[in-house]
Amino acid sequence: MFIDFLYELRGRKVPVGAQEAVALAEALSLGLHDASLDGFYDVARALLIHDEKYLDDFDVAFSSYFRGVAVEAKAIAEELLSWLRDPKKWHELSQEEKDSLQKLDLEQVLAMFEQRLKEQNERHDGGNRWIGTGGSSPFGRGGFNPSGVSLGGGGGRSGAVLAADARRYKPYRSDVLLDTRQIEVALRKLRVFAHEGADHELDIDGTIDATAKNAGELEVKTRPPRRSNTRVILMMDVGGSMDPYATTMSQLFSAAKRATHFKELRTYYFHNCVYGKIWKTENFLEPLSVRDLVFECPPTYKLVIVGDALMAPYELLGSSGYAGDDGRIPGIDWLRMLREHFRRAVWLNPEDWRSYKGTTIEPISNIFPMFDLTLEGLGEAVTELLKGGKR
Amino acid sequence: MLGCAENMHEFRRFTGTEKYLTSGALESAVNCALALKRPLLVRGEPGTGKTLLAEAVAEGLGAPLIPWQVKSTTKAQDGLYVYDTVERLYDSRFGDGDVKDIKKYIKLGPLGQAFAANELKVLLIDEVDKADLEFPNDLLHELDRMRFRIVETGEEIVAKERPVVIITSNNEKELPDAFLRRCVFHFIDFPDKELMRRIVEVHHPGLDAALVDQVLSVFFEVRDGLRLRKRPSTSELIDWIAVLRKAGVNDVKLEKNLPFLGTLLKKEQDLAAFADQLAGGRRFRS
Repeated sequence: MFIDFLYELRGRKVPVGAQEAVALAEALSLGLHDASLDGFYDVARALLIHDEKYLDDFDVAFSSYFRGVAVEAKAIAEELLSWLRDPKKWHELSQEEKDSLQKLDLEQVLAMFEQRLKEQNERHDGGNRWIGTGGSSPFGRGGFNPSGVSLGGGGGRSGAVLAADARRYKPYRSDVLLDTRQIEVALRKLRVFAHEGADHELDIDGTIDATAKNAGELEVKTRPPRRSNTRVILMMDVGGSMDPYATTMSQLFSAAKRATHFKELRTYYFHNCVYGKIWKTENFLEPLSVRDLVFECPPTYKLVIVGDALMAPYELLGSSGYAGDDGRIPGIDWLRMLREHFRRAVWLNPEDWRSYKGTTIEPISNIFPMFDLTLEGLGEAVTELLKGGKR
Repeated sequence: MLGCAENMHEFRRFTGTEKYLTSGALESAVNCALALKRPLLVRGEPGTGKTLLAEAVAEGLGAPLIPWQVKSTTKAQDGLYVYDTVERLYDSRFGDGDVKDIKKYIKLGPLGQAFAANELKVLLIDEVDKADLEFPNDLLHELDRMRFRIVETGEEIVAKERPVVIITSNNEKELPDAFLRRCVFHFIDFPDKELMRRIVEVHHPGLDAALVDQVLSVFFEVRDGLRLRKRPSTSELIDWIAVLRKAGVNDVKLEKNLPFLGTLLKKEQDLAAFADQLAGGRRFRS
């Protein structure tokens, strides 16, 4: 019965599978949900969801699947509420009865509701027409109608759906733009350990070997501790079309700066496209030639470029015209040079770049693996950067 | 008034304790974990009482709590047992005691203790995300099978009474899927004003209602109204009220020199942001 709900969740890319289904079935057979929809909401959420980033999807799926749509009823007469305050328990309906219930869409229900509200002037319990309790009319409290309007909150079948409708977990979705802390978490994955530095860790195996060779005379061996030796180059496009993303960029920048697990982090700026030079400061003061960078940094450095990759075609395919001998090399060749030099490089794009056709994004995304500047995209980019081997 | 009772479903139910207020969803999650014998993974903002939950569950079940504080250097093996090679090596050189008896040098870790115990234990694996990325995966087998073998002696430790395992995480690192799938998950929401009022009442009973109102409104205004790097949470609020009471302050307003602001805001930038906002007059209340 809840299997369809699992597919509803899967349809929203929430990873649920057989393991979750079995756990939920077990919990339900133990009666953990107290035979209520609210209880089911809590139990299902605890067992099906494993990460707060899916809580919002869960709520959306829940409210759409259990569509006893809870609506803010407009101005309900005080009297009406008082009839509803102590509901009669509804008797269990047989399947035919349930089938025969009118299924109405929300518009119809609301229209009918307003009309009934005008016509009705006394208390009603049971029955299938008037607003009351314990009945199968689409209106009232504690009743049974799959597309009914629940009045006055509390009890009935609407609580969990109401809670789900509120979508309190929206901020935890992972496809929204990044905040600093989340970026740090994502960047933390970008590390590779190796023994490096001064010897101040006891190497037990080495000590035992040495001691044995030394005929039992204790001989202590030490080794350097394991440390991450990831070196990262971060290049950022600033100014012009990138201005709207200044906040996100500065968040990424500060998160990268704060990340303690990089052996080295170099940050550079460029405008629009990389030509012969990149700059060490945001106001383009300390230039460094791209050739020098390539010379200084071995291919093991991870290159991360952040930019919208949007520019006029001549800016990419033509040359900048500045700076001496290299002045005639077009932007795209500089990008190719970087890509060819570094074993792993990614381009992070804050724009919805997949939807731009026939712009400079296309050729650039053919050179660099391109990812969204979102938490998800950053995660994918980090995975790409960590791939071993030669491309 | 402990919150647990044997009930018809043959597992113990948890309904919170005097000191620890729960929500329906949280109780549900704890009970799922108890009934299905799975670890409970609790996440939430710092200061929302993740660690306290384990203490409350232990108290509620009347079982002793074994805390295991995970650090960045913690390895999964440390939780099972540690074989103290260095001491054995030392003893072999300087001859103290029987070096042949390896057992003497095997020390059970928190997980090992929980398995070896004769009665029910609650095991808290605190801040699991502090450790290396592979840490949770290394524990999978032991948590699933509730047994492990001490390689050095060949002895097998099997849990007599399956411990209740509660794992907390601050979400600093993504946890592996295989690990997540075995856990019951609960995300502790930040309490709303009403729940917060009850929490304050539990920690500071008999506090003047008017003061509670003021404190709460200032607190939520600071928390939600300002752009902060580290937003104050429940534990900061409780501390703040404690300080206010000690100092005999009984009138709090959101203004430039809020008393004992340092207990709420702990980052320099946040204090600066706070001063900025108030100086700008936008949030100034007189």
